[in-house]
Amino acid sequence: MSPGAVPIAIIAGIVGLGSGIGFWAGRKRPLNLEEWVVAGRGLGLVLVWLLTAGELFTVFSLLGLSGWIYSRGGPTLYILAYTTLAQVVGFFLLPAIWEHGRAHGIQTQPDFFVQRYGSPLLGAFVALAGVFFLILYLQLQLTGLGIIVQAASFERIGRAPAMLAAAALVAAFVFTSGVRGVAWVSVLKDFLLVAAVFVIGLSLPYIHFGGIGPMFAAVAGAKPGHLTMPGATANLGHSWYVSTVLLTSLSFTWPHIFGSAFTAKSGDTLRWNAVIMPFYVIPLMLIIFVGCAAILVVPHLANGDLALLMVVRRTFPPWILGVVGGAGALTAMVPAAIQILTASTLLAKNLCRPVFSPAMTDQQVARLARIAVVAITAIALVLAMNSSATLVGLLLMAYAGVGQFFPGIVLGLYSERVTAAGIFTGMAAGFSLVAFLILTHRDPFHGISAGFVALVVNFALVAAVSFLG
Amino acid sequence: MKRPSFAAILVGLIPFLGICFSVSWWDRATPVVLGLPFNFFWLLAWILCTPAVMSLAYWLEKRR
Repeated sequence: MSPGAVPIAIIAGIVGLGSGIGFWAGRKRPLNLEEWVVAGRGLGLVLVWLLTAGELFTVFSLLGLSGWIYSRGGPTLYILAYTTLAQVVGFFLLPAIWEHGRAHGIQTQPDFFVQRYGSPLLGAFVALAGVFFLILYLQLQLTGLGIIVQAASFERIGRAPAMLAAAALVAAFVFTSGVRGVAWVSVLKDFLLVAAVFVIGLSLPYIHFGGIGPMFAAVAGAKPGHLTMPGATANLGHSWYVSTVLLTSLSFTWPHIFGSAFTAKSGDTLRWNAVIMPFYVIPLMLIIFVGCAAILVVPHLANGDLALLMVVRRTFPPWILGVVGGAGALTAMVPAAIQILTASTLLAKNLCRPVFSPAMTDQQVARLARIAVVAITAIALVLAMNSSATLVGLLLMAYAGVGQFFPGIVLGLYSERVTAAGIFTGMAAGFSLVAFLILTHRDPFHGISAGFVALVVNFALVAAVSFLG
Repeated sequence: MKRPSFAAILVGLIPFLGICFSVSWWDRATPVVLGLPFNFFWLLAWILCTPAVMSLAYWLEKRR
């Protein structure tokens, strides 16, 4: 029997069980848009926690985080910082978004822009940008999933068939069950992932170094300066850290996170969720331990994203590799499901309807959104199969992009004077500046992250056009 | 839309001070605390404190 047989059988079992839960959760539910997209605004604290944890803890947290500490070192701490501070920002803004959503029957982020600024075209622009960023994020989940199956099967199964199989399963349970199904799959995903991360994160330092303290001492001895900023990078210092953390702490501007606020039963559910969510950042610290162990146990990997899987493969029996791989696969599939669902709804409701067929009923939109599920999944799959960029690079660009929604949301909630023209000008300039700085390799720009520079320009233009125009 | 109270926003700034703006002060490898480099220890401590700080913000918002 090949060494990959046991882990692959376990991964297939876990993925099958998770998908089964997804299908089961959606049975006997009405198939209207309100249920499919926002679960009838009926989720309590536990399911909201699982859904937001599903969005927070993606395959990027698993492979990208351990990969960054492995290859770049200290700057990785920004991920723990923004994940925690994003909850603080969410505490103040998500309940207000929820209230606004219930008062006006809003289901998506572009709905908010249409309602607040009275411009379906602005909504269509926000939807187009949102779909674009979501596909980038989605592609990342599929790439991560391919890496997991490839490494866990000892290279017997290629990335392409693994991504294809998983994408088909995700699209199928999103199609039938909607957001409620996704929240239920998170039950299995979170349980397995937290258990796996605690086991490997606490045992690897002891197995290879005799403890956590000796492990950090060994890393500091072998690579002085690696664990502080800028670590192994040239320009990711403190001004980069502050500007990146501020920008990425606005992660609620992601269309799928914004939209998940509407699934909650009450604004208070969201407030409580934000208070307790930082505890979920502790497993991220344990993943950093795994990446640190990998620095000395499996040195010279060409791709840092492989660090976690390779150190687990080197250290543990195949069945543990299988459980870690299965948990990792679900950690890709749950966020992928939310992103597919959100992107499909944006495409059908906020882009196709206003532009091509304003007379469509909600029932027709719901049907179109399900067709869009297949299209979105297929696009992301093609991109993932042809992509060579590493995980964090893509994510940083998408994060810099979604941050540009922030002025339109926060000023939309609290300022009477901002106008659609101002928001559009600021956002368009913000996107252009992000694309220019990142694609011409000017990020960080004089030590400050490109997304933050763009956000400052964005705010200035919104104010100038709204108040002077 | 009703704004959050000024006091709650001030409380919400506390984690930003500890985790974000003060980075030049705590991003050091030493002293080692509980086996962790100082920056790792500092961040972990703040992550654990944030729910307590935000409970205070919750209470302030709830009281209104």
